[in-house]
Amino acid sequence: MTQYTAVHGEKVSLLRVLGPGHVWALGVGIVLVGEYMGWNFAVGKGGALAALIACWTAGLLYTCVAMIDSEVTSTVAAAGGQYAQAKHIVGPLMAFNVGLFLVLAYTMLEAGNAITAGYLVQTVGGMAGFASVHDKPFIVLTVVSLAWLNYRGVFATLTFNLVITAIACLAIVVLFAAVRPWTDEVLKPHELLTGLPYGWLGVIAALHFGLWFYLGIEGTTQAAEEVRSPARALPLGTMTGMITLLIAATMTWYICVGLMPWEYLGQAITPLFDAARLTDSLFLMVFLFIGTIFSTLASANGCINDASRAWFSMGRDRYLPVWFGAVHPVYRTPYRSILFLVPVALIFALGAPLDQVITFSILSGLLGYTFMSFNMVMFRTKWPLGTIKRGYVHPFHPLPAVVLLILCSTTYFAVFLGYGTQLVAMMVFYIVASAWFAFHRYKYVKRGDQFTMPWPRPVGY
Amino acid sequence: MENLDNFQLLEYAAWGISALLGLWMLFDMVKTNRAYSESTLLSSKEGEIEDVLVVDPPHQGGHR
Repeated sequence: MTQYTAVHGEKVSLLRVLGPGHVWALGVGIVLVGEYMGWNFAVGKGGALAALIACWTAGLLYTCVAMIDSEVTSTVAAAGGQYAQAKHIVGPLMAFNVGLFLVLAYTMLEAGNAITAGYLVQTVGGMAGFASVHDKPFIVLTVVSLAWLNYRGVFATLTFNLVITAIACLAIVVLFAAVRPWTDEVLKPHELLTGLPYGWLGVIAALHFGLWFYLGIEGTTQAAEEVRSPARALPLGTMTGMITLLIAATMTWYICVGLMPWEYLGQAITPLFDAARLTDSLFLMVFLFIGTIFSTLASANGCINDASRAWFSMGRDRYLPVWFGAVHPVYRTPYRSILFLVPVALIFALGAPLDQVITFSILSGLLGYTFMSFNMVMFRTKWPLGTIKRGYVHPFHPLPAVVLLILCSTTYFAVFLGYGTQLVAMMVFYIVASAWFAFHRYKYVKRGDQFTMPWPRPVGY
Repeated sequence: MENLDNFQLLEYAAWGISALLGLWMLFDMVKTNRAYSESTLLSSKEGEIEDVLVVDPPHQGGHR
């Protein structure tokens, strides 16, 4: 099919080419790597049963996130996702902070994925008998090649994500079927489940890593300005993504807990791949290894997409230098933001330890979720149902917002138990950044141009 | 020794491809910045659904 340039006159904008499948691939693609590795540290914190409780509690947290996000984003359909929501509903300082949470959460996660991809290639090299294998060339290749893909266009980028994410999901389903969960020939859950070795405190501590099953699903909102129909594609893609993750997370837990004792599982690096090795099937080993690599790449790819959209949106509103708000006239992507974030990701990927990078990402994400609970209440209070057109209305308000706030508070405590110093350091960072924005940067913002939604005056104003 | 050389080759290839792609993006960015005015490049507006610009309804846009 011949496509024509849509640059009419002197205007260029992001391209509306995405459907619900791409939204699903963006959300699940970012997250699925958490099923392949990372979630199992929850087992180390509190035992296998605690990991399951954390998995479902975090699932409830993220279901609230998905419901709230779907309603607000189907109404505030703009790149930047939660940043644009905060700008319209709460105010500039909150928006600046939310934008930073997003950029740092995704860039750190991208760095973490690149480190993991490098590690996997290094491991394969070592297993194949090569001596002196380095991971750095493959870390750099992961970041730069995926940035290049993102630079060239969103449709190809997220179609690529759709394919590799679907394959990675299929690998989990195939492994689940192969271990025959309806019999006890392979899986031995009744022998390996050992209750709660560290009691209920272990369950709370496990919550920190329970987030890994779903961390990043809220990234679907970043596609708001590039989907053909925001009101349909965003709720559909996000909700189906959440359902996929809930099923995949539970399958993953059941396979791994039925095959490995919790003492080993709690510190394994690639638990699903280890599970495949225990089946003695070469096909499953290869398939799950491919799944691990694909999930890592899909996550890094989605993170580049999301971080660049958030950075671009902040540039466009002059929250950052306006130079970053440019769109490529041919590829229709925020090309300057994509390129600018490449060295930032590389600095973290090559210079920081994996657990620190991931913890910073989780904490930034958690701050974003906390904002969403307040944001939802303010959204419904300022613009009650019926006053503006919503693409989706989530049920049981304000219950999801309240549940989200309670779960976020509990998770802060869980993070404090393991990473108290990082939590304090991160809060100091955001306070300093807020002071910079309030006392220096905000004078450059064109205040009247920020509010782009054709909404009536909010109730009470 | 032969194995070592093969993997080193792979590592050099990874460095080479990364450098090529990175330079390509840099070159393209500079070229684009020079070819279009800054006001055109910065003309995107938040939340703007430009139905009037649609020339390819299934894809709503595209490029050649």
